[in-house]
Amino acid sequence: MTDDDRVFDDRVFKALADPSRRFLLDLLFARDGRTLTELESELSMTRFGVAKHLRVLEEAGLVVVRRSGREKLHYLNPVPIRQIHDRWIDKYTEHQVTALIDLKRQLEEEP
Amino acid sequence: MSTTQVYRIWIKSTPEKIWAAITDPEWNTRYGYAAPQFYELHKGGRFHSIASQEMKDYAAANNFTMEDTIADGEILEVDPPRRLVQTWRMLMDPTTAAEPFTTLTYDIEDSGPGVCRLTVTHELTGAPAHAALVQGTTEPGAEGGGGWAWVLSDLKSLLETGATLAA
Repeated sequence: MTDDDRVFDDRVFKALADPSRRFLLDLLFARDGRTLTELESELSMTRFGVAKHLRVLEEAGLVVVRRSGREKLHYLNPVPIRQIHDRWIDKYTEHQVTALIDLKRQLEEEP
Repeated sequence: MSTTQVYRIWIKSTPEKIWAAITDPEWNTRYGYAAPQFYELHKGGRFHSIASQEMKDYAAANNFTMEDTIADGEILEVDPPRRLVQTWRMLMDPTTAAEPFTTLTYDIEDSGPGVCRLTVTHELTGAPAHAALVQGTTEPGAEGGGGWAWVLSDLKSLLETGATLAA
């Protein structure tokens, strides 16, 4: 793991540490290619605040912005999450983690 | 969901090496699904990928036949080592083979000293089976089903360390 990777990991974890930013990622996971105006309507926050959160997500590589005519569309980039998975989850006994997640899911699904 | 999927990764390598890793079968057999991919690098040129021996053996062991050509398409734009635009259709599965061609764009940009930013933009209009395939699955351990995120992580790993994730 290089120093660049460490800086990159820091940015991803910091970006994910905020609930509003995780909510924005969830919105883009449900449907991506959305504009700032569309995303802003889902949060009780100023346009300035949403734009700032999107900027942090973009710098962490979690969101990619593409221009389409006059609009800026936001896309979820799942690659950094995959890398975090490969670097961290894989390393620490993935099998047990999976078993625990399954158990949690089963218990929560029970009526 | 939008019919466009975007994947971006930062790789400590040169644009030339990343370009070769995508377009040269010597390199593109060394990461991801490891099936050789052949590019006629001019506008209107042919793209195709053929089944690897491993894929054929797997098919034979599971009682189905694997066609020789597993993906095809046409080159739309070539600007080495910066930009490649091509159509792309997966032929391995009857559902994807029946869908229209999708469009794939590779952009390689400089991003700080010795680091490049590779962005893959996949337009998947009218091709939901392709979309599901390239999006991959989040199942841990399902390497083959990892889609673009997995392929690009593997490409980064190969160029930076000389070893792939599976190795």
